[in-house]
Amino acid sequence: MGAATTTVPRAQPHHPDPNENYLKAERGIMSWLVTLDHKRIGIMYLISVLLAFAVGGFFALAVRLELFSRGHTIMDADQYNRAFTLHGVVMVFLFIIPSIPAALGNFILPIQLGAKDVAFPRLNLLSYYIYVFGACFALYSMVSGAVDTGWTFYTPYSMRTTSSVIPMVLGAFIMGFSSILTGVNFLVTVHKLRAPGQTWTKLPLFIWGLYSTSIIQVLATPVLAITLLLLCLERFLGLGIFDPKLGGDPVLFQHFFWFYSHPAVYIMIVPGMAVVNEIIATFTRRAIVGYMFVAMSSLALALLGFLVWGHHLFVSGMSEYATMVFSGLTFLVAIPSGVKVFNWVATLYKGSIRLESPMLYALSFIFLFTIGGLTGLFLGMLAIDVHLHDTYFVVAHFHYVMVGGTVMGFVGGLHYWWPKMTGKLYNEGMAKVAWFLVFIGFNVTFIAQFIMGSRGMPRRYYDYLPEFEIFHKVSTIGSWILGTGFLTMLAMFIISLKSGQKSTRNPWGSAALEWQTPTPPPLANFIKVPTVTRGPYDYHLATEEELSEQ
Amino acid sequence: MVSPDNFQLPEQLSTGAAEVDDLYMFVYWFSLIFTAIIVAVMIYCIVKFRRRPGVKAEPVGHNLVMELIWTFGPVVFIAILFHLGFKVYVHNAVAAEGAMEIRVRGRQWLWEFQYPNGSTATNELKLPLGKPVKFIISSDDVLHSFYVPGARLKRDAVPGMYTNIAFTPNRLGHMQVFCAEYCGTSHSGMLSDITVLTPDDFQKFLDEGDKPPPGMAPEEYGATLYKKNACNTCHSVDGAKMPGPTWKGLWGKQESMADGSTVTVDENYIKESILKPQAKITAGFTTTQMPPFTLKDPQIDAIIAYMKTLK
Repeated sequence: MGAATTTVPRAQPHHPDPNENYLKAERGIMSWLVTLDHKRIGIMYLISVLLAFAVGGFFALAVRLELFSRGHTIMDADQYNRAFTLHGVVMVFLFIIPSIPAALGNFILPIQLGAKDVAFPRLNLLSYYIYVFGACFALYSMVSGAVDTGWTFYTPYSMRTTSSVIPMVLGAFIMGFSSILTGVNFLVTVHKLRAPGQTWTKLPLFIWGLYSTSIIQVLATPVLAITLLLLCLERFLGLGIFDPKLGGDPVLFQHFFWFYSHPAVYIMIVPGMAVVNEIIATFTRRAIVGYMFVAMSSLALALLGFLVWGHHLFVSGMSEYATMVFSGLTFLVAIPSGVKVFNWVATLYKGSIRLESPMLYALSFIFLFTIGGLTGLFLGMLAIDVHLHDTYFVVAHFHYVMVGGTVMGFVGGLHYWWPKMTGKLYNEGMAKVAWFLVFIGFNVTFIAQFIMGSRGMPRRYYDYLPEFEIFHKVSTIGSWILGTGFLTMLAMFIISLKSGQKSTRNPWGSAALEWQTPTPPPLANFIKVPTVTRGPYDYHLATEEELSEQ
Repeated sequence: MVSPDNFQLPEQLSTGAAEVDDLYMFVYWFSLIFTAIIVAVMIYCIVKFRRRPGVKAEPVGHNLVMELIWTFGPVVFIAILFHLGFKVYVHNAVAAEGAMEIRVRGRQWLWEFQYPNGSTATNELKLPLGKPVKFIISSDDVLHSFYVPGARLKRDAVPGMYTNIAFTPNRLGHMQVFCAEYCGTSHSGMLSDITVLTPDDFQKFLDEGDKPPPGMAPEEYGATLYKKNACNTCHSVDGAKMPGPTWKGLWGKQESMADGSTVTVDENYIKESILKPQAKITAGFTTTQMPPFTLKDPQIDAIIAYMKTLK
């Protein structure tokens, strides 16, 4: 194992000093664009996904603004249908799937392993450019008529609409390869590049989460690629696969689509859970209770994620027996989810808790994910799902999981690792104000949607009946608070970059390995290859020097 | 257990709705209590175990029994939830013996209903109180979903296959129908109304058919037909751009057709466009196909009278 870390090829053109801080080791725009350093690739991903988040957020605010009043508010029906579709497509494919694994994971995963880089640095750079290439197709689609099918591209509507479906589908198809390559890279890195002493039982839970996610990325994404390719073939060649006019079956598309897209939900949420583990351990100064159970629950979610796609089809005309099986399997997801929540709460007990901004996001995650998970019980129960399916209740449910879960995890992780990545501290007061606005705004936006959904408001509606107006108004006002929160956060990070105080090596006093190397990390991550002698959360075994915040 | 005017749920308008609501409220109270406990424990820990100088976190020990309890304990609970959900689902999915069959056809963007006697209606269905009804649903174009919140039921309308739902209306009055599966431009306009009548009134309706209310002016009747037949999902009356030509200022106008000819909008053109919409297509409106509408002469006259008012 000791030799493993020295086998990474480093093909830097000018052989810069590996002990120099990675931000200063080389200069100039080209040193970023063709870098093989996982940290710089992580930063490039970070900037890209944040841009995508801004675009997706813009569409979200536009959709909410349109729904503020009945009838025409700021756009017509066709523009609205494009706006909600683009919100979904951009948020899912360009932001949330690459957010934690490709941006934070790229930066942190090799350092937590004690490695110098990922196993295949060139492949890592390639996967970034594949992502950019796919994003270009998506961008082209947006300016050439955009898409009005919803992010699910359900047939036969996606066959008949005149909007720019094919470029968008190709974009998602191409970005899938980026996801697969990142997954492969992480799997090999975790297996082969762990530092001496970094055994599987000492791995940070962030790694366990990303490892599970990578398995899903590698196994599920090809199914999406095949499905989208079949869609293109049907549209171009008239092959009868999904369109009943050509002898196809539209429900088959839904099976294929969700066979990827349900596991994709776990590609999104498992990394969020992974980040929360790291934050809770650091801010309670305590190991996560039930380490092995939490680690295995990530793998269990990855596995179960493949078996529950049918719960998106309960009212699609699937057989009653199939709905029964999928309902039963869906309930099993509650078990690993519950294991995580119970163990996190147990970790707080007898910890030494400090409520800094990353911890606020981690605790918000537990609260919001609990609501997201419990409202999943309603939807798993067949009789109730038949009423709630395709209403705003579902919209609110998955936003509690995707935003209340993944985005809270992503933003919490960004706050947590920001000093390590940039070498700068940020204004904690401003960060707390931003958190407060995000937390309040999010709940106002989506609690209103739960209620109107259970009262029967269908989703993807440009206009609505008068009885729903009050809920739409409240929800839209919530979206403004939420938007203000994210803008405050953006300003806070920009101020930090411009004039933030210099961060010490370990500003949180964490025992984890990534905080033991200088801040920002040297090009080779560590001055010398570390030997791991204790777990990342063993505060009782860590020395005073290791935990020092100075 | 549940009050009929529940804040979270719509009115119960079918015999099966109450059962679904009982389940909903059961899971709701469970979730609320569970969340409250989690939050209470979190707040207790945050306050009680906040970081103090000199006080260290207690190292984590092993408690296998506790782990096993909260890993496998919930299995019992979720098994119960699964069972209840499936039981009520099956109960609501099966049509009672002797149910009246109503054919439902979804198309962009209206619902067409056919009664057992063969007569049809668009976007408006009348049902007798207390009689089980089975809806046999299909689609003529893309996916739709026939959603009746008052009955807590929905089912997709899938082109190329039949699906069905069944319920028994238990209250006189109106039930709202939505399309719940996204189907394009006027998805949110694909609404219908179910009126529940006493069995006597329903029989009278079947015998006599739909007539204009006595004393209603033709243009007023035309305005109601404009909405009832879902003309409003494709044709605006205020000049707004929609999939079909606007009716504002249409009457008497010289319209250019897709084949290059010119037509004056008069009685004959309107009648032909309702009965055989594909005969003449206005230039610039070729992407969406309007289906034929089988309206009677008095109804067509009423629509024409209404159009004349839209200057």
